[in-house]
Amino acid sequence: MNMILHRFLAAFGQYLILMGKVFSLPERWRMFLKQYVKEMSQLGVDSIGIVLLISFFIGAVICIQIKLNIQSPWMPAFTTGYTTREIMLLEFSSSIMCLILSGKVGSNIASEIGTMRVTQQIDALEIMGINSASFLILPKILGLLTMIPFLVIFSIAFGFIGAYATAIMGVITVDDLTLGLLHDFNQWYVWMSIIKSLFFAFIIASVSSFYGYTVEGGSFDVGKASTNAVVRSSMLILFADIFLTQLLS
Amino acid sequence: MIELRNLYKSFEDKEVLHDINAVFEEGKTNLIIGQSGSGKTVLMKNIVGLLTPTRGQVLYDGRDFVQMNKREQVLIRREMGMIFQSAALFDSMSVLENVMFPLDMFSDQNQADRERRARFCLERVNLKGAENKLPGEISGGMQKRVAIARAIALNPKYLFCDEPNSGLDPKTSLVIDDLIHDITTEYRMTTIINTHDMNSVMGIGENIVYIYQGQKEWQGNKDQIMTSTNERLNSFIFASDLFRKVKEANGNA
Repeated sequence: MNMILHRFLAAFGQYLILMGKVFSLPERWRMFLKQYVKEMSQLGVDSIGIVLLISFFIGAVICIQIKLNIQSPWMPAFTTGYTTREIMLLEFSSSIMCLILSGKVGSNIASEIGTMRVTQQIDALEIMGINSASFLILPKILGLLTMIPFLVIFSIAFGFIGAYATAIMGVITVDDLTLGLLHDFNQWYVWMSIIKSLFFAFIIASVSSFYGYTVEGGSFDVGKASTNAVVRSSMLILFADIFLTQLLS
Repeated sequence: MIELRNLYKSFEDKEVLHDINAVFEEGKTNLIIGQSGSGKTVLMKNIVGLLTPTRGQVLYDGRDFVQMNKREQVLIRREMGMIFQSAALFDSMSVLENVMFPLDMFSDQNQADRERRARFCLERVNLKGAENKLPGEISGGMQKRVAIARAIALNPKYLFCDEPNSGLDPKTSLVIDDLIHDITTEYRMTTIINTHDMNSVMGIGENIVYIYQGQKEWQGNKDQIMTSTNERLNSFIFASDLFRKVKEANGNA
């Protein structure tokens, strides 16, 4: 137990030191902006496809499940639409979507930085007098923080489109679904979803970068770091979700 | 000129470098040689500042790198160029972008001038025509030449090469050696090469430091190696039949 606590504290200390190095002013704004735009594209724009696809199908499946398992003659007709909206807004489009992104984006970040570490590309940056942590990690964190609200909004929208697709299949009528989606709508829930996703985006980018940056060894260790990055950031997202939901509700 | 004074390096209880004193001269190809595990890579890392010595001084033209603050170290680092064993090219960038990278980071020249300088460096290492290729699309020898072009882009005062011939065939190794030697003489750089390639030692070894189990065992040049009576050095240098025969032939001549 002591050993585990010691290892956790040592890793947490290393993480804080790394973040201290990351949050410093860029040496060249021109290069920083170039990296920032590249990361927004690589981490955000390239994730749109998977976010839309998963959100569409989950929206549809939630709608079908609610209709089949909860909707009954003595419940209002808008229940299915209402519940679908609440699930998408409150949990799926922020927390679950970020868990999925921690797999895609987190492993991408950890393996990219980890490979740079083991092939001495990070050493090459350091030798040139560049703050490699800030140069590599800051654009990733800011890039993902910039793109995540858009991904959340796209996810919500495509979840609803998926729900409407079930209306075409005859699971629910369009009028009932629309009524449910609009019933007792609380705008704060959208903001809550976005605020939560910003915290999760920071966790994904910073934790994955930490595991990639601190790799020692070869390709086997890069693979291990990539797995660790996904597992640890997923766990942290789940923990953070509890506190943020409590705090923001 | 780079000078090491009483340099020690330990990892926890294990002492890897012990009281290293050496001078690496300007305009010369200075070689650090030694068996695998002798501590030469650790020594190189201490010189360039990737590791901090436990004790001792690393003097860059009289300025102690170890005692400098971060800002001063960054400024010195901008006078360094380094060629890594694996070339360490940025694999998401083209050859031209790799060479332009230090210029983009530190030069105040406009885009056209930076590109002109990068193309000049690529021509200098005979790599004209490969500008738009990615590092993964070119051979190991070409990658090393791109690394040399990147290292000299900012006209460094100090050039470091960590096993530059590693993984290259003997002919390509000679090309790389000659290139490093020519550039060192041309730009009056202080060049330190970490190697265990005996062809390099005999070809461009103007000042050679032999490291044995973390200590400086011998220092001299390629001609003095032939006549050295140091047993450890001889057993390392003349381990191969070919070099033993060369030595015998030299002795008979």
